[in-house]
Amino acid sequence: MNLAIDEALVRVAGEPLARDVRVDPRAGTLAWCGRTRAAADLGWQPPVAGAVYGVLLNDKGTLAALGDTVHAPPYRAPPNAPVLYVRPRNTRSAHRRPVVVPDGVDALAIGASLAIVIGRTACRVAAADAPDFVAGYTVASDFCIPHDSLYRPAVRFRCRDGFCALGPWAIARRHVPDPDALEIRVEVDGALRQRATTRDLVRPVARLVADVSAFMTLAPGDVLLTGVPADAPHARRGQRVAVTVAGVGTLENTLVDAAEAA
Amino acid sequence: MRTARVAYAGALHEATPHAEGLLLPDGRVVAEDAVVWLPPVDAGTIVALGLNYADHARELAFAAQEEPLVFLKERNTLVGHHGQTPRPDGVAFMHYECELAVVIGRPAANVARADAWRVIAGYTVANDYAIRDYLENWYRPNLVVKNRDGCTALGPWLVDAADVPDPANLDLRTRVNGTVTQQGNTRDLVFDIPYLIEYLSGFMTLAPGDVILTGTPEGVTDVRPGDEVVTEIDGIGRLVNTIV
Repeated sequence: MNLAIDEALVRVAGEPLARDVRVDPRAGTLAWCGRTRAAADLGWQPPVAGAVYGVLLNDKGTLAALGDTVHAPPYRAPPNAPVLYVRPRNTRSAHRRPVVVPDGVDALAIGASLAIVIGRTACRVAAADAPDFVAGYTVASDFCIPHDSLYRPAVRFRCRDGFCALGPWAIARRHVPDPDALEIRVEVDGALRQRATTRDLVRPVARLVADVSAFMTLAPGDVLLTGVPADAPHARRGQRVAVTVAGVGTLENTLVDAAEAA
Repeated sequence: MRTARVAYAGALHEATPHAEGLLLPDGRVVAEDAVVWLPPVDAGTIVALGLNYADHARELAFAAQEEPLVFLKERNTLVGHHGQTPRPDGVAFMHYECELAVVIGRPAANVARADAWRVIAGYTVANDYAIRDYLENWYRPNLVVKNRDGCTALGPWLVDAADVPDPANLDLRTRVNGTVTQQGNTRDLVFDIPYLIEYLSGFMTLAPGDVILTGTPEGVTDVRPGDEVVTEIDGIGRLVNTIV
């Protein structure tokens, strides 16, 4: 069944079902059923629960930074197909949820990304039609343990519990007129650490939906991250990470020690 | 105990074997070919192993590994017993992979090797196709090779772990149009099942319904539309798939 979003889709603690709510980012409030709530008072879950896919090397800067490495072993050639990875269910996290830095790991790389929320079953979709298959957008903080080699799927570095935060909400597509021109900002403890834009995507939103749906069907509620900008900043235990995609939202998480989370 | 998930007469059912076909929970007995077989578990996370039989790794010219080669799949890729798997147009080498699939039955985090068997609900047969034409060296094997729609057959049965006395000594084989093309035994896994559960649960929490595809032995050959591919594991099941 299609997923339709009028304003912003949220799943908050104490609510058995997702809600389509009106968001006022300046006032920091959400309104539904005639009542206004302060965002700060809510517990958050990821706005959708479908499959989540990340995409590697979808930022022009990342490919450029690799330089001639792409032609050397083990890679031997730049990628043709989108380089995708699965974010399994144990990795899902949400706005204001603590993210555990595993023992023996110094810092996590912060993968700031626009995330596409699929609204209709998308199988072999043409790029020109792709917007019709998008319900809305959310923000992803796609954490990983920093790793250099991109030769093998980095499951051990990426698939830790809670490493893929999504949220706070999925905002309706109609509120994001041009997803290919959105500023992305990463702040750590309030200091700006990265500024990027979705203008630099190798495959912009519609092209990505087309190229992925060419061989795997995306279902309503599935999420496709559009990719992390080059030089992802790092954060350590105790630091607050805020990823903003302009016009979509700001997703906040604090990194904690395993003992602290237990 | 072995169970299947089938669609019959407008509803989904859990089915068990019966002398005259399949027994549904309400007592109806139906013919095996009267149902649509679905994957026997509503799969959660699907973990797959590459190069996990020494002979297959040699076949593909890979040296021994220090760490399991793990990749993940999503549910779009699953089909059940008697399902169809599409061969893309214009490719040169698409091959089956007969694999023992381990289904997790309990939440599993930091499980020690000695406790690993306890978190397993049961086993089924997987046929995890690859289209080698699409292999590139970035996060290899990437999703375009291994996560295509309908390219992972699973079934027919979920066999309770209690009914599989020695999962580390099961003969498995693949027949293409009746001819045996692939043979092996699970005793030859490079990283055995307890190791895999200890390794995976050491960095990610596994949950009931998660599936681990343990890898395939040597003997992969190209398959073409119309081919009937039967992957079989003694004591677990015989999974039929047709290339279209």
